[in-house]
Formats: sequence, C-alpha cells, structure tokens
Amino acid sequence: MSWESWVIETISRALAFGTPLLLATVGEIYAERSGVLNLGVEGMMLMGALTGFAISMGSGNPWLGILIAGLVGGAFSLVHAFASITLRANQVVSGLALTMLGTGLSGVIGRAYEGFPLWSKLGRIDVPVLSSIPVLGPALFENQSPMTYIAIGIAVLGWLVLFKTRMGISIRAVGEDPATADSLGIRVPLVRYLCVMVGGVLAGFAGAYWSVAYRTAWSGGMTAGLGWIVIALTIFAFWNPLYGLVGAFFFAAMRVLSFRLQAWLPPELLKAMPYLLAILVLIIVSRGTLQKRMGAPSALTLPYTRGED
Amino acid sequence: MEKRGGMTAESGVPLAVRLKGIVKRFPGVVANDGVNLDVRRGEIHCLLGENGAGKTTLMRILYGLYQPDEGEILLHGKPVRLGSPKAALAHRIGMVHQHFHLVPTLSVEENIVLGLSEGTGPFLRFKRTRAKIRKLADEYGLQVDPSTKVWQLTVGQEQRVEILKALYRDADILIMDEPTSVLTPQEVDALFGTLRTLVSDGLTVIFITHKLDEVMEASHRVTVLRKGKAVATVNTAETSKEELARLMVGREVVFRVEKPPAELGDRVLRVENLHANNDRGLPALRGMSFDVYSGEILGIAGVSGNGQHELSEVLTGLRRATGGSAVLQRQDLTNCSAREIADLGVAHVPTERIRVGTVPTMSIRENLILKSYRTPDFCKWSILDEKAAYENACQAMKEYEISAPHDGTAAKNLSGGNIQRLVLARELCGCPGLVVAAHPTYGLDVGATEQVRRVLLDQRARGAGILLISEDLDEILQLSDRVLVIYEGEVMGIVDAKDAELETLGLMMAGTRQQEVSV
Repeated sequence: MSWESWVIETISRALAFGTPLLLATVGEIYAERSGVLNLGVEGMMLMGALTGFAISMGSGNPWLGILIAGLVGGAFSLVHAFASITLRANQVVSGLALTMLGTGLSGVIGRAYEGFPLWSKLGRIDVPVLSSIPVLGPALFENQSPMTYIAIGIAVLGWLVLFKTRMGISIRAVGEDPATADSLGIRVPLVRYLCVMVGGVLAGFAGAYWSVAYRTAWSGGMTAGLGWIVIALTIFAFWNPLYGLVGAFFFAAMRVLSFRLQAWLPPELLKAMPYLLAILVLIIVSRGTLQKRMGAPSALTLPYTRGED
Repeated sequence: MEKRGGMTAESGVPLAVRLKGIVKRFPGVVANDGVNLDVRRGEIHCLLGENGAGKTTLMRILYGLYQPDEGEILLHGKPVRLGSPKAALAHRIGMVHQHFHLVPTLSVEENIVLGLSEGTGPFLRFKRTRAKIRKLADEYGLQVDPSTKVWQLTVGQEQRVEILKALYRDADILIMDEPTSVLTPQEVDALFGTLRTLVSDGLTVIFITHKLDEVMEASHRVTVLRKGKAVATVNTAETSKEELARLMVGREVVFRVEKPPAELGDRVLRVENLHANNDRGLPALRGMSFDVYSGEILGIAGVSGNGQHELSEVLTGLRRATGGSAVLQRQDLTNCSAREIADLGVAHVPTERIRVGTVPTMSIRENLILKSYRTPDFCKWSILDEKAAYENACQAMKEYEISAPHDGTAAKNLSGGNIQRLVLARELCGCPGLVVAAHPTYGLDVGATEQVRRVLLDQRARGAGILLISEDLDEILQLSDRVLVIYEGEVMGIVDAKDAELETLGLMMAGTRQQEVSV
C-alpha cells in the first residue's frame, strides 16, 4: 500500500468513526451549556442503537430507524431531565443511572436482535463532483455515510444557534446564571429540558448511526465507551460545537490510528488520548481569567429554584 | 398615551403602584405582614427599613419573583397579577437587584437584549441594538461600551448596565435594591443624578435603602418598613433623619456611641509593605504599611473589593502574603498558619460569620471550643472534657447573651445576631492582643449591632488593638480612633477619626491620596 492511500484511508475511516462522536458531542454541549451535565450519553446511545437497528430491520428503511432512534433518545433523556431539573437530584448520580439503565434495558430488549446481519443498512455515497478532486476527494467525499455530512451540518447549525441567535444567548445565560435569566423572563426549566432533549435526540442519532450505518449489526453494549469519549470531548471542545467538530474527528483519528499503528505504538496510549487531553484542557481553563472566557458554564450541575440567591 | 387611572384622594397625583395588604410568609417568618404602599408617578420613593424589615421581599413581589400569599397589586389603578418577572416586565416594571443579575461571560449588549424578542427573527442585530443603547446612555449619563464582556467591568459600570437593561425594556417603574452599597460617594452622586433625570422624564423610581442620608438626599417620599409592616409614609421634605430613624427601629436611636478617649499603649501590630494576591492571582494588596496600637480601634474604610478582605485574611493566616511583613509585638506572623496566629493572641471576626466563623452543623458548645479544644482545659488524654465544654458554653451564652434553646443547638439554627455573639465569645476569650473584625455588624439588627459595638469598645478599654474593617462609614467614624482609607490595596492615608470629613474620606476612597486631598 502506498503511503498516500494509507493516509487517505485513515482520514476516511476517521470521518466514519467521528460521526457519532460529533453528533452526541453537539448534543452534550447543548445540555451542558444550559447547565445540565448528562453522563447518560452512553445509555442514550445504546437505546438509539437498538431502536435504530430494530426499526430499520422491521421497516426496511434505515432513515426511519435513525429518526425513531432520535425520538427514543430524546424521550429517554427526559428521565435525566426530570430527575435533575424538576426533582433537583444530583446530576452525576442521575446521569450515571441513565447510562446503567440504558445499557441494561437495551441489552435485555435487544437480546432477540443479537447476531442478525442488517440487510436494510444505510448505504454509503460518493459526493458528486467533490469526490473527483485528487487526494481530498477519496479522503473526504468518497464512500462515506450521508450521516457524516448531516452531522457536520448539525454541528455548524449548532454553533450558529448557540452564538448568533437570541435562543443561543438564552441557553448560555441559563447555564451561566439561571437567576439572571429567570429575572428576565426566560423559562429556565423549559430551556434546560429542551437542551437535555436535544442531547438525547442527537445521542439517539449517534447510536443509530453506529448500528445502522457503521457496524450494521446489534450487540449489547456495542457502543463500548463512545459515550464517555463524548463527555471528554465536550470539555476538549470548550463547550463550542465548532471545536467539537475538530475534536470529534481528531479523537476519531486517534482511535483509528490506535488500530493501524498497533505494530509500533501501544494502542492503549492513543485510546487514552481523549481523556488525557480533556484533563489537560480542564487544567488550562481552570486558570485565572481564561476560566471566565472559555471555562465550563458556571451553573453546570447546579439545580435552580427561584428565590434562592 | 392612555389615560392613567388611580388618583390619590388627597393629592390628585396619579399613582404608579399601589400595593394593598400584601402578606408573604416564609417558613417560620412573616416577611410582609399586610403592607400597603402607594407610589406616585414621577417620584423617587424610598423604601426604608433595617435588614430583614421586608423591603426586598416586597419589591420581589412587585417584580413577580415571589407570589404574595394575600393582597392586591394595582398598576396605574388597575389590578394586575404578576406571576413572573416576565409579566412584570410586560407591565414595564424593571428591577436592579442588590447583587447584579448579569451574565459575566456575555457582552454588555448581549446582556441587555437577553430574553427579548424584538421582532427581528432569531438572529441578533447588534447595529440597531447598539444605537438604542448609545442613545439611552447619552440621555441618562450611563456611559459603557456595549461590546465589552461584563466580567471586565467595574461594579459601578455593571450597575449602569443593569439600569440600561431596564430602560432598554421601556421600564417606567424602576426598582433599585440598595444601589449605593457598592459605590464610591462620587459614583453615588452620579447615580442620583441619573435617577433625577429619569423621574423628570416621567419615570417612577422605587429605591430600597437602609441609609438615612440617602433618603434625605434623593427621595421625594419615603415609606418606612419595620418587621414586615409599613409603619409610615412621609414627604421627605417634611421629615428629619431623627424621625425616620425612630420610625425605622421603633425607638429613639443614639447616633453617637459613648466612647472614652483612647488610651494608647504599646504598638501591637506593625504591618510593613505588605503584598498579597486575590483569589484570581491578581495583586490585591500593594505595599500596605500601618501600625495598630494597644487600646485603639483602627478603622479600615474603603469601597468593597479594594483589598480589605485579603488584608484580614493575610493577618489571620488564611492567605499567603507575597511580600512584606506583619509583626505582632515582636513575633513575626507573616505567613504563619492560622492556628499559630490564633495561638499568638489574634482574634478573627470574619466577614462570612456563618461559613468561616462557625461550623454550621455543630452545636454552640462545640463551636465555642473550636480554638481551644486541644488545650488541657477541654481535653485530657486526647478525650474531650464534655463537662468543661458544657460549663464554658453556659458561661459564654450568659455573658454574651446568646439566646438559644440550649448549648446543643446547631449554629446554623441561630439568628445572625446570635451567631455573631457566638463568634465573639469564642474569639475574645483569652484576652487577645489584636482583634481583626471584618464587617462585625453587617446584617445585624439594631440590638445586636449595639452589643457588638459595645463589646469591641470593651476590648479597646481592656487594651486590645482592634482592626475594624467595615463598609459602613458611619460605623467606622463612630467606633474608630483613626481611620485608614484603602484603595486598590494601597493606603490612601490615615486620618484621625475626630477630624475626618466625609468629603475627604470619599475622595480618598475613590483613589485620591491624603496629601493630594489637602492641597
């Protein structure tokens, strides 16, 4: 294999692997920007993966599978939203519970679907015109899942909404200082519910991509820690969807390289990269004024009730 | 413009706000107990009362943050229900809270348009916004750069943003909750100027305060609240500070504390060229030098956030000094641990008396021996002597009039005054040579305040050196023998309390050195 085709294949695979990371990360960024840490990403992804698989298998339409998976992910995230926003439970505990619930529930229900190949999988496409560009074409635009481009679109849209619209300021205000947002008539619980649901829907899409487009099979616990990379990525991305875009594909490249460089580098090292980098970012942004500029939303993990200053 | 209803029978001036029989209960307290309030259009109306009199609760009801348990709200003569701040804003009520409600990571203009839909679709149009902000700023003297992030602003500028925010929303009733507590005297003057322009343009301002001078200077009428009830509404021009104070506390108040002349003894503390950083790692103390003598109270005056907090922490071992020294008699205590410094005879009455001064979940008895539990008095063979602790508690509760069911009551269940008595009882036992008292009467009722001041004067008479940090200039002037003015971590000058003029102190608090003032 020539080194060129090696590089092209690595990039192409990183795009495929990074797609679910990107989708779920944009969702988690929304949840966290509104002040809700959702550690249930892994569970929501698994629920999405199972739903996506089952619906595509039953209906023969992978797109329908992905869509319903998003709805199921969104509905499933309501468990966390209700516990952490309405009941003001500890977000870490509730999020972990969501992951365990999702892992267990999808495992039990999904037993009937284990071991079947999916014939109605989501196919891959070549982007017309762009795929004929030398080097870049085969790396970025050939034989890719349409979901990859949808994910990129969602990330850009997510950035636009968060930083350029009124809705975005409201979300950020709710995550930074819910009392202020409340005093200006923003409905804090509503914004948080919606943001957590956006996180659930996108995690559902991500899971469905995994079972319907990437692996094209279902097995219990198949996302194998992707949800935790998403948590690390959210930090690595400074809670910004555009940095999330860069980060998701960067982490995906690390993961792909960990397979492809096995002969020379211990794969564990590259697999640990997301987490090491996330810690590094946490160290950097917890310093001084940087914390105010790009640190975690101030009200992250803090429940809000009116009238408690 | 629509015709305004709701005239007062006696004056004929239309009412902007009428509150009728407002009752608001919280678990254990009645914050508002049948309050009636009439505010006329185009006036500055002061709500005067002590801490805990129910002023803020009442205004939060008017702003829709709380729902009244009973009573009625009328705006311009029409009854309204204000279920949320949004509803209040829709009725053109704006509120500037005591603790500002601004999102630090957002810019000034983002904060101003937050929560608004101006019919321009989802995207923000800052060109239009900016023009409107500039116009309001020019009109009312509220200059601030719209694109700056709020965390980069000074407190005074933040307040301007808050006012702009309300005006941008077309507020015609503006509620200000203790707006002057964080400002320099000069900024206060500017604020009053702004408020006067606002009412001359037909707006109505409700101004919460507990400072009599401000009432006299700024308001047209004043309503006095006491223990959740409105006790009187008077025209400012027809009243006096003495009358208002009497209404506020329900009895005559002595404005002068009886204070014998200072009998200066030896030097207790010498601080030389002291430097320290704040929590953000920026310099907070920049070379402070001063002495404290036995038998005197040295008052530290300054606008909050100018290094007072850091100074008290450095002197009590809670913060590292980055340079300079603090010497107690002959003992260098620079960067000693808090325990070492306490053992050397330094008492600390901290600003945050609940969080720093006590362990809230522990009993009075336990809190009282937090400093001495290791001494043979209370501890034998590493086992606490409960009996000695009990006797100590009984004695302290009697001596300092800590009122609580018994010595096992958790500190968190005590009122602010009793917590402060507890802290004083613990800190002052053992006759400390130096007392560092930070905001010792902040938030206390009149009775507790008087007691705390008396205790401090007793310590002074006993021969302790006292460093009194307070933002209450009156308190500083009443208690101190000398007043040190601090500004951005530097000593602006030390003046004798007897011949200190408010004007001079104000200028020094705003950063003018003493020498420059007198020239």
